[in-house]
Amino acid sequence: MIALWRERLRIPLMLSPALAVILVLFMSGLVLGMMQSVGYLPIIGRYEVTLDAYRKIFSREDFYRSLSLTVWIGFASTVLSTILAIICAMTLRQTFRGKRWVTFIFQLNIPIPHIVGAIGILFLFSQSGFLARLAYVAHIINEPSDFPALIYDRYAIGIILEYLWKTTCFTGVIVLAVLQSIGEDYEDLARTLGASRWQSFRYVVLPLIMPGILSSSILVFAFTFGAFEIPYLLGQRYPSALPVLAFRNYTDVDLNARPDAMAMSVFIAVVITVLIFIYMKITRTYLRE
Amino acid sequence: MTLEQAATRDLAIPPSQIAETGWGWGQVARWLVVVGIIVGVLLPFIPLAVWSFSHRWYFPALIPTQWSMRAWHYVFSPGSQVPKALGYSTVIALVVTLLSILIGIPAGRAMGLHRFRGKTLVEFLILAPTIVPTIAVAMGIHVAFIKYGLADTLLGVILVHLIPVTPYMVMIMSSVFANYDPEYEEQARTLGANPVRTFIYVTFPAILPGIVVGGLFSFIISWSQYVLTLLIGGGRVITLPLLLFSFAGSGDNPITAALSIVFVAPAVIFLIVTSRYLTGENAAIGGFGKI
Repeated sequence: MIALWRERLRIPLMLSPALAVILVLFMSGLVLGMMQSVGYLPIIGRYEVTLDAYRKIFSREDFYRSLSLTVWIGFASTVLSTILAIICAMTLRQTFRGKRWVTFIFQLNIPIPHIVGAIGILFLFSQSGFLARLAYVAHIINEPSDFPALIYDRYAIGIILEYLWKTTCFTGVIVLAVLQSIGEDYEDLARTLGASRWQSFRYVVLPLIMPGILSSSILVFAFTFGAFEIPYLLGQRYPSALPVLAFRNYTDVDLNARPDAMAMSVFIAVVITVLIFIYMKITRTYLRE
Repeated sequence: MTLEQAATRDLAIPPSQIAETGWGWGQVARWLVVVGIIVGVLLPFIPLAVWSFSHRWYFPALIPTQWSMRAWHYVFSPGSQVPKALGYSTVIALVVTLLSILIGIPAGRAMGLHRFRGKTLVEFLILAPTIVPTIAVAMGIHVAFIKYGLADTLLGVILVHLIPVTPYMVMIMSSVFANYDPEYEEQARTLGANPVRTFIYVTFPAILPGIVVGGLFSFIISWSQYVLTLLIGGGRVITLPLLLFSFAGSGDNPITAALSIVFVAPAVIFLIVTSRYLTGENAAIGGFGKI
């Protein structure tokens, strides 16, 4: 009897440290965030439950401006990096001299922290940065202010550039692995049957790599939509990306701004969760076909 | 004869290789992409290296007008904030790595070797932190950490770093155990080894490569955390990324550059050790999306 119970408890016991981290730290963090977003803040003596914070953020102009900026950053980074990643992976799949070195360089920045990439981008693209100096030497500009503002700018170009720098390689490595597992037989067959290069890519290769592309681009979107560091470092002050706005509200000296901050962070988490569910639904129907 | 055989019957060389000969538009496009990859990946590192040795480097000079080792002297001088931040970062990342290994081995074994009810739910729960932004979790849990005296402490920061690290460690260990044969343990047990000896002499050597890769992964993820440390550490626990942010904001480019180089050192070590694991077939590569 005891042996049977030990057998039954074995798997829950093995999982318990990992589940403790997930439930006690991660899930409780989310739940506490939700509680605080509805105004339940015992620390400053607030116990009533209200949706005021949500009503308030949905009537704030800076919230909508931050939201549209964040959606723009997420979409632009995801779409551009996915296209670039496919081009890079299709190239790196071919055989050519020096392929090993180029592939190594392509993977080089994958473990490099985003923050370091951001500082590199800052030194390169700021108005007195390296590229501006090159433009001066080439007589394209006469002073720093002639160089287009790519950092702290309205269109978040600097932020998008940093995300492209990291995520192109990330998605590219995944697509490359999928391509290598497929091999070139299907494509060869399509070509011998008279398909053009574009047709064999569009109708043979692309559908085969689509699941890999979808899953990595959803990860990229989820990351670029919710990340704080890069917009904090390379973004303009107003409007800022949504996670930065949430952080500023959270660290505001006025404790009444905290429920707003919580409502924003819950909003970010909900948007991402909904996206993941839609994605799972799509991939499931996609795989069934 | 299958369609495929029919298609290749008259062709001694498959078409994909025919395209390799001669210089066509395909070759030009390929070299453009290759040059683009090399320049695109490496370019941001160049100003980092140059700035760290510069003293005066005003617009529009392409190279510094005055070089100096000031930034590097500062980074390694005992009086600066850097050695302390380096110490904090290292201790936190090491403890987080050790804990994540202790968490990851049993959980990975359960996920990789066993089938049980609710496995999909457990999988979903364990993967959830890889998708939900850390800032949402950090802001939510801060209140509880303040209440239990964990805010502004080293222990609090270590605990909160376990959130982003655990999913990857469990994923890596679970893929290790999926290719592991528990039969060897049976044999050791029948030969009279107790569970502890069986683990030390049979299980541990077999899963060691996975532990090394997963451990390096955990170390780098913890090492790179910014917003979790900032919120939970409350400005008391100053790690390297926090220092890097404050220098980047202050506009001292040489020190920012030198600190960045110190900050990427573990990643470089990681690349050297694991370059052959970084093939993308490894599911755990997903972890780097969030660093």
